[in-house]
Amino acid sequence: MIEIRDLEKVYQMGEETVAALAGVSLTISRGEHVAIIGPSGSGKSTLMNIIGGLDRPTRGDYRFDGEDVSGFDDDDLANFRCRRIGFVFQSFQLLPRLTALQNVELPMVYAGLPPAERRARAASLLERVGLGARTGHRPTQMSGGQQQRVAIARALANAPDLLLADEPTGALDSATGRDVLELFRTLNAEGLTLVLVTHDQKVADQAHRRVTFQDGRILSDESGAGQ
Amino acid sequence: MRRIDLVVFAARAIIAHPTRSALTSLGVVIGVAAVVMMTSIGLGAQQRVTSAIGGLGSNLLIISPGASRGPGGGFVSQGAGSGQTLTEDDARAIQTQIEGAAAVAPSVRGAAQLTAEGANWQTRVEGVTPDYLTARDLTIASGRMFDESEARQGRKVIVIGQTIATELFGADTDPVGKRIRVGSVPFEVVGVLASKGQSGFGQDQDDIVLGPLQAVRSRVVGRRVQGSNVQTIYVKAATAEELDRLQEDVTNLLRERHRIRQGAEDDFSVQNMASIMEAMQASVKTFTSLLAAVAAVSLVVGGVGIMNIMLVAVTERTREIGLRMAVGARRNDVLFQFALEAITLSVIGGIIGLIIGVGGGFLMARLGDWPVAIAGWSIPVSLGFSLLVGLVFGAYPSWRAARLDPIEALRRE
Repeated sequence: MIEIRDLEKVYQMGEETVAALAGVSLTISRGEHVAIIGPSGSGKSTLMNIIGGLDRPTRGDYRFDGEDVSGFDDDDLANFRCRRIGFVFQSFQLLPRLTALQNVELPMVYAGLPPAERRARAASLLERVGLGARTGHRPTQMSGGQQQRVAIARALANAPDLLLADEPTGALDSATGRDVLELFRTLNAEGLTLVLVTHDQKVADQAHRRVTFQDGRILSDESGAGQ
Repeated sequence: MRRIDLVVFAARAIIAHPTRSALTSLGVVIGVAAVVMMTSIGLGAQQRVTSAIGGLGSNLLIISPGASRGPGGGFVSQGAGSGQTLTEDDARAIQTQIEGAAAVAPSVRGAAQLTAEGANWQTRVEGVTPDYLTARDLTIASGRMFDESEARQGRKVIVIGQTIATELFGADTDPVGKRIRVGSVPFEVVGVLASKGQSGFGQDQDDIVLGPLQAVRSRVVGRRVQGSNVQTIYVKAATAEELDRLQEDVTNLLRERHRIRQGAEDDFSVQNMASIMEAMQASVKTFTSLLAAVAAVSLVVGGVGIMNIMLVAVTERTREIGLRMAVGARRNDVLFQFALEAITLSVIGGIIGLIIGVGGGFLMARLGDWPVAIAGWSIPVSLGFSLLVGLVFGAYPSWRAARLDPIEALRRE
């Protein structure tokens, strides 16, 4: 599904140029559960932003289902993020003034779905992540674990091809973190492709495949050890 | 996305901060209210000027003795109306020798005490010819106007206005046929004028007494006006187009009759009511535009207030913008959301301002005794302007929001 070849991302920091990605090639197939690990500054977040269509590579080739994403303009990328990608962030990124249901509805609003359909789907997604009784709650009235589930429900709103999670358990205690990982495993078992970025070895161990980054390059790519 | 959802987003953001939104709109409220009120004051003043001058009679020339020009030739000239240079013969000459004069009415006037049936009233009595009614656009409500022969014979008959009728005889009595003593001389009332109400200058136009020229000159005015002199000659043109030509002809004729050499000053003055009205209306218009311009500045200041708050909102909601972009908002979706928010704030301010402005206009009209004059165009124009203000001053903050980099925005605390 994802084909990345010789991807480079260079930032200009004043006089200096910093290479966040220095030639990365990676292929991810549909249904995989991949953990990207590495120390901070190793380029894993940059890669994830490019895969998710939030950023563009400086050089190299990125194809998603055969489409050349690196050639997309801003609107194509927005549409790509809207329909094909679901993001889960470390800090949840829920809009505080909206209810859980409205937060889950948001991607569907940008997809142009009519309100009744949006609400029905948002409610069933919240049901699915175990928050069926909390649709009217605002983020501040929920625990971290609950907020992250709302965020996951939101990521699933437009039935994406790929779920991207950036340190999804980083802001959670270990018990709720385990619940969230359990939810990810279930989603993956149902066929959703998962890529998550982490520096937590325990989180990485859950994945079928672990790609380790260092200094903008892939250090190792091991498969099959997932549980 | 569907457009209606953009409206929902904008409305939600406005409702989320009610106090802030209200204060942001306040600038536009004040601006629009000021524009509406100022233009209504200007329009009221304009209507007042029109009715004030129109009330004197339309298409009218007013000829007075004495020069109306300022000091010239080394001596101080006398003010208009102070001289003794106009005569009944001048009036007759104008009537017979000049074409296009619909009515020529010489007049004299003097203050007098009126008494009848125990009531009395201090007023000004005018000695006129029957043509006076045509010249001043007056009509008879009951009875009749005295005629030429009565005037020539010096008969002591008068026509009175509604105010005099009411003051002397009460509202229910028809004064026609009754006697009124003007000073010590008894006059018979032959007619009552139709009411003209208050003039634009605030004068009661029904406080009027008209008598034949001869009788009034000899019995009321007395020695101040000698021989067959008159104090004013009113000349009414048949049409407005002829007024300027008529003024020229009248001036030439009178100069000739008064034997004024070329280059010397007139010993009379001719006021052209149409040009006076034009000049006054022009000055009122200038005044109105000036007021409106000052008010428009406050509208611009209101717009700057909106821009300021929208910039704050964009900064505050940077993370929200980043998140919206991450879940699929296009740059234009963000742009329109913020622009719509600014426009909504501005237009709501405009509507409230309009209501206050119209209300204020009515209040001012009542307090200042103006005619109420809310310009119809000020409603769409002020709403259009508030829309424009929102658009112009919302554009930059919205553009800033739409240009944000989603990765940077999501990272912002």
